[in-house]
Amino acid sequence: MPFDWMKIPYSLLTLFIVVNYGFFLNALIQKMGARAGRRYGIPIWQNYVDMIKNYGLRSSITHGAMFYLGPVFRLSGGVGLLLFVPTIYGSYMFSNLSFAGDLILALYFIFFGTLGMALGAGESGHPHAAIGVSRGLAQVSTAELPFALAVFAVALQYQTLSVTEIVAAQQGGFLQWTLFTNPLAVAAAMLGFLGSMMRPPFDVVIAPQEIPIGPPTEYHSAYLALMQTNRAIFPIAKIVIYMNLFFGGASDWPTFFFKVFLIYLWSAFVGVVFPRFRVEQSIRWFLIWAVPLGILSIILV
Amino acid sequence: MRELHTKLKSLFPVGDLTEQRSNLGFVTVPQEHLRAVLVHLRDREGFTHLVLLTAVDWLEAGQFQLTYLLSNRTAGKDLGVRVMLARDGATMQSIHDVWPTAATYQRELREMFGIDFPGSPRLHEEFILEGWNDIPPYRRDFDTLKYAQENYSERPGRVTHDPAAHMKQKLNSGGN
Amino acid sequence: MKDELKIRVVKGPDGVEFEVEPLKDYYCEAAPTVMPAAYIKVVEDLFNWARSESIWILGFGTGCGAIEMRPLMTPRFDAYRFGVQWRPTPRQANLFVISGYLSTKTLKRAIRSYEQMQNPKYVIGLGSCTINGGMYWDSYNTIKRLDDYLPVDLYIAGCMPRPEALLAGFQDMKKLIRAGKAEGANLYAENFEWYKANQKRVIHDWDMPDYNW
Repeated sequence: MPFDWMKIPYSLLTLFIVVNYGFFLNALIQKMGARAGRRYGIPIWQNYVDMIKNYGLRSSITHGAMFYLGPVFRLSGGVGLLLFVPTIYGSYMFSNLSFAGDLILALYFIFFGTLGMALGAGESGHPHAAIGVSRGLAQVSTAELPFALAVFAVALQYQTLSVTEIVAAQQGGFLQWTLFTNPLAVAAAMLGFLGSMMRPPFDVVIAPQEIPIGPPTEYHSAYLALMQTNRAIFPIAKIVIYMNLFFGGASDWPTFFFKVFLIYLWSAFVGVVFPRFRVEQSIRWFLIWAVPLGILSIILV
Repeated sequence: MRELHTKLKSLFPVGDLTEQRSNLGFVTVPQEHLRAVLVHLRDREGFTHLVLLTAVDWLEAGQFQLTYLLSNRTAGKDLGVRVMLARDGATMQSIHDVWPTAATYQRELREMFGIDFPGSPRLHEEFILEGWNDIPPYRRDFDTLKYAQENYSERPGRVTHDPAAHMKQKLNSGGN
Repeated sequence: MKDELKIRVVKGPDGVEFEVEPLKDYYCEAAPTVMPAAYIKVVEDLFNWARSESIWILGFGTGCGAIEMRPLMTPRFDAYRFGVQWRPTPRQANLFVISGYLSTKTLKRAIRSYEQMQNPKYVIGLGSCTINGGMYWDSYNTIKRLDDYLPVDLYIAGCMPRPEALLAGFQDMKKLIRAGKAEGANLYAENFEWYKANQKRVIHDWDMPDYNW
């Protein structure tokens, strides 16, 4: 099959939409959290301003090559995740670069950013960064475990590793969604989802009040701006996967926006209600509650 | 309080009791008996908590007064044990083995008053001041104002008013 | 000077012995330089606007005034709606609020934190202690005039100023930044010698490099 060059500008268009939607949604969710605490909250464009300011800082320092590459890896993790998964089902323009085995690639990309961050933050030489990274890796690994199990359950269920085909199998009414055909897998994945969104109760890794801000301690100016961009892309890209695997995908943009918002709201909802876990608590929580669900879902399939 | 004082008096050469409240009193103890008194109070009388250890500089009498404030939590009583020291070359035995917390107080006293506590752990590390180059600042012969004027630059234009006179003048000039 | 800052011989994991001079090897010695603004005025204006709307404060409370910053995060005052945030690391912060009296010991840490912040950076002196010493005018270990040691953009007077005064101060700070008048970092770089001389006059045990970003 010859490569379709038109896919590249279309993918970039997807990326553009998702970045802006991500910025908007991040601010919206932050604002909701603030309102839950009876605060007015940040302006909705605050994240854009922060990003412009960080790009506009005049000086920046470096701690070595890996320090540069950390944010780049992180960003490529987010972008890669987005680009290799079909964003809008059934649309030629927004199916991106998806291919037959993209599910495995997606699993890999989810972890890729964290690893890149670990290398970059390690290079910065700050003890807080090192502690933060080890905490982050431990927590993300355990949060990823139920998700991976759920993904395998879904892959077994539909006998395919292609996200497009999984979405195709879920068409025709919401009773066809994995949510209803395999609720255990979805439950396990949604619990894992909480852990990888870096919101409370699982945000001990980057929480400013804990070891100050964790891995990005030394990151500033453009590096930080790059990471902020990723903070906009990555949650959306991750939610796109969840949406495709478990919630029937989206066949047009309004559905997409709506579903992504609802899934994001799930983590925000849990976040404003529950206080923060320590790392060993959250690991134990994932291993006790989420992982058995995932295993059960595989067995039942 | 009084019976405690009579009991103490039968055992040690303690001074008179200054009773400030029904549950707070002070006694003065000779320097060499301090340790025995403290251990007795801690083990027999239930004064298990060292609340603070502080010093007062009696410049005119040439003495430092150390106050060991002890607390009996179950009886709700506080007892201050005072020791008078000669001001020149002031040295006191350390009680960090009776209460480990005392080590920190002793560090502070050494830095702020220049009282030596031989054997106290980390005694000569800097506690609050860093790079101090004058006599200990809490001694009363240390002129704080002069030191501040010599060391720290001032912004011109600072005026000090006598509050009473200033307010009187202000109220008078304000009409009525 | 502290032991860990003294020149010493270290044996590496491969068995080779080498000399380490912590002040030179662990820190950068290069003095700060004046960073020019963007060449195009429109771009600089955009950046200044963004800087003014996104003030990140270093979460370092140097004195009693730090207690006045906490209410700003709460629902009653909620500084976040003005784009003001607190960052826990000097690398990401733009605004250093010297909150109240500054003892020489804290001054040392404040200087290090200030120098680790990235250009452009701003300093607000909070309370009368930073202006002329306030009630600590005759103290043996408190500096009386902050702008001798760090380039101050704005003072907020009072003892202590209430959180509302801080909010008003942030609004004034925004105006300064937007007008391009908040160039404290460049001022610091230009008068580096003078600032260092002042700092060393009050910090008697100077055990850090002259400039440590």
